[in-house]
Amino acid sequence: MTQPDAPLILVVDDYQDAREMYAEYLQFSGFRVAEARNGNEAVAQAFSLRPDLILMDLSLPGMDGWEATRVLKADERTKHIPVVALTGHALAGASEGARKAGCDSFVTKPCLPDDLVVEVRRMLDTVKKA
Amino acid sequence: MSTLQARTFSRPIGSGVNHAARLELLENYLAHHEDILRCAHMSLEWLARYAGVKQSACLAVDAESNMLVGIAAYGVASDDIELFSWPLSDTYDPLIGALQSSRPVPFRSYRPNGHAAPTPLGRGAFTAIPLGMRPGNVGEREDLAPGLLLLRAPAISADIDWLVMVLGQKIDQVRGRGSLAEEARKLRRERTLFFTIINAVTDPIMLTDIEGKLIVANARAEKLFAASEEESEGRRRAVELNNMLFSAALSRSAVEGNPEARELLLVDPSDGSDLLFEVLSTAVEDPREGTGVVSVLRNITDLRRATEQIEENYQKLRVAEAAVRAERDRLNLIIDSVADPIIVTDATGATVMMNSPAEDLFTVIAGASEAASRTVQANDAHFSSFISGLLLGETGPGEIRRGEIGLMNPGTSEPIPVEAIAGKVLTDTGELTAVVTILHDRREALERARLYEQLKAASDELQARVQAATAELATQNELLRRQAIELEQASRLKSQFLANMSHEFRTPLNAILGYTHMLLQGVAGDLLPAVKRQLQRIDSNGRHLMTIINEILDITRIEAGKMPMQLSEFNLNELVPEVMTELDPVISRSKLTVAPRLRPDLPTIYSDRQKVKQIIVNLLSNALKFTHEGGIRITVAYRPAERTASVAVADTGIGISPENHEKIFEDFRQVDDSPSRQYGGTGLGLAICRRLATALGGRITLESTMGVGSTFTLTIPVETEQ
Repeated sequence: MTQPDAPLILVVDDYQDAREMYAEYLQFSGFRVAEARNGNEAVAQAFSLRPDLILMDLSLPGMDGWEATRVLKADERTKHIPVVALTGHALAGASEGARKAGCDSFVTKPCLPDDLVVEVRRMLDTVKKA
Repeated sequence: MSTLQARTFSRPIGSGVNHAARLELLENYLAHHEDILRCAHMSLEWLARYAGVKQSACLAVDAESNMLVGIAAYGVASDDIELFSWPLSDTYDPLIGALQSSRPVPFRSYRPNGHAAPTPLGRGAFTAIPLGMRPGNVGEREDLAPGLLLLRAPAISADIDWLVMVLGQKIDQVRGRGSLAEEARKLRRERTLFFTIINAVTDPIMLTDIEGKLIVANARAEKLFAASEEESEGRRRAVELNNMLFSAALSRSAVEGNPEARELLLVDPSDGSDLLFEVLSTAVEDPREGTGVVSVLRNITDLRRATEQIEENYQKLRVAEAAVRAERDRLNLIIDSVADPIIVTDATGATVMMNSPAEDLFTVIAGASEAASRTVQANDAHFSSFISGLLLGETGPGEIRRGEIGLMNPGTSEPIPVEAIAGKVLTDTGELTAVVTILHDRREALERARLYEQLKAASDELQARVQAATAELATQNELLRRQAIELEQASRLKSQFLANMSHEFRTPLNAILGYTHMLLQGVAGDLLPAVKRQLQRIDSNGRHLMTIINEILDITRIEAGKMPMQLSEFNLNELVPEVMTELDPVISRSKLTVAPRLRPDLPTIYSDRQKVKQIIVNLLSNALKFTHEGGIRITVAYRPAERTASVAVADTGIGISPENHEKIFEDFRQVDDSPSRQYGGTGLGLAICRRLATALGGRITLESTMGVGSTFTLTIPVETEQ
């Protein structure tokens, strides 16, 4: 089903059900998917796999999503990779903090898999155009 | 000396020889009297009466003493004549020379040789006629004439000649029988003695006729009643006045027949002052000169003056005494009117006087009880002790001694604490005369002090209470402040908790909705129609739960002030169709007509687009939910004057009763709260809308009629301030 040259999406989320749901649906939608459970894994995966896009949950154990995004955006090898922040934090300042950390887009959970795929495709098109 | 006014015996003078008159003189006097002085005197009077000779004198030769002496005078000072004597041996003297003449000798004036001998007939010209001279007899006589007749007359009449002759014969006759000199000397002594005596009397003495004409007067009387032509006008007038006054007094006494002493006010001719005399008049009978009056005047001017002085002094004394009495009465009145007792004591401590308040304390009233008497004695003892302390003490003049004495009211036995204030009264020499003591009742002062203490205590207590209350208030305030902080903390914790909870809710809900969605998308392969229908039920209930969670989160964010404003410019005319598009599935299902009424001239709005949209969505959703038939009108309006824009959503729904107009804006409220309610929803929608509108500086208003419909209007400022 999945094409070998299909875009590789790195899904970072500590909540397994959500991570696997998005991963499964992204694969179902034709993407290649890699997963990470926390910030450290996310950074390691990003360096090794060089994904086309990273879906980054912000509340993570250990290194959190903001910190991981700053690390990735500070590195020459990964700074071009678009990062779409995923957060359940609806309180004010959450999206602002995400942009400051270097996230390129911002999606509030709950987010239906369908809506997420729409956003991923939009970001990939933006990068491609640039 | 003086002149006697010759008025008494004057009568009209007949011309030629008056034989009857000559006979009268001879028969009455010269034929019968052997007294040569008296004969001479009568002759001069006769001359005055019948020959008009007003001033005359008679001189006779005294063979024994070889002197020419005066024996009678008329109309001139008799003293001058009677005291006149001149030695016959002085033949150069013109009078002595005249004795040898046989004719009348005229004198221009006469001044005896050398010194101030008495001048017979006074000053001025006169004629001296030798007595015994016979008319027509011319030349020197052989012997000396027996005497001289001196007179002032215009001419020597026949009567004068006759008299000179007969008087000369008479003198010769008498001298032949006896000694003229002895008789004359005797008379002269007597007269001299008489005048010496009456002149020695300091009171004026006068012999007058009954009409008051002066006959004899002593020197004092002459000062008052006689004045010569040469004396000053004033003095003469005074003398005249005195004579009139005296005459009047005499005639009055004659009329009243009152021989007693009476007063007579005369004028002192020398200085014009008043002189008061007491006049004693006694009538005397004289066989020759008829009735006369002897008057003795006693000068009582000084006596009267002294009397008046005494009277005046007495009056002054009376007045002074009255003044003193009035002063003392007034002082007593003042002292008695003082409410405080006042006591005056002398140097020994004995009471001199006291006012009535003092009397109440220190005197025993007649019939008072024994207890009252004892109280008075006790009071007296207390006061005496105080006064003796003052008298023994070394207080100087003007110094005041104060002390407190415990007295009692004799009437009621009530104790009266008094303050005694005593001062010494000293004489000019520093001698103590009296001590004045004022007793001041201290009860009022003590009562006032007591009240003051009470008041002060009450005030202190009040102040303490106020302080306690203030402290309590401060404690309460502190408590409230802490409670407020705690409440704020609690509220923040609650908001934080709800935020966390909603996050925690959404994470699993996200998975539920996500997998349901994936199943419905056929990720797991095709589904049986019944399964698909059941998955759709899960999906719709999950979405509803998601809405509820989101709304709770909104409320929480607004309450926590964490609802960020994202102001931007936008157009309401574009926003309304956008909302309609979003709700298009619902609108389609409802079968209702939704008609927008836009306002092309509306200016661009500067506000939070997302929140305005949220409100309009909510209002339209409600309208759709509660309207079963009819339509919904969305009207955009603009009020330039207020700089506001509005969006009104009017439906034809069930309507809202007036009592619920406010209620529906409260949290978790719908008109029907019952569990079996017809309409779904959290009941938070309008509460959130109102909060958002307020946050934007606007408001949401409602007009509704039951069964007709409702209109919700959102009004916001054209420019929201940050």
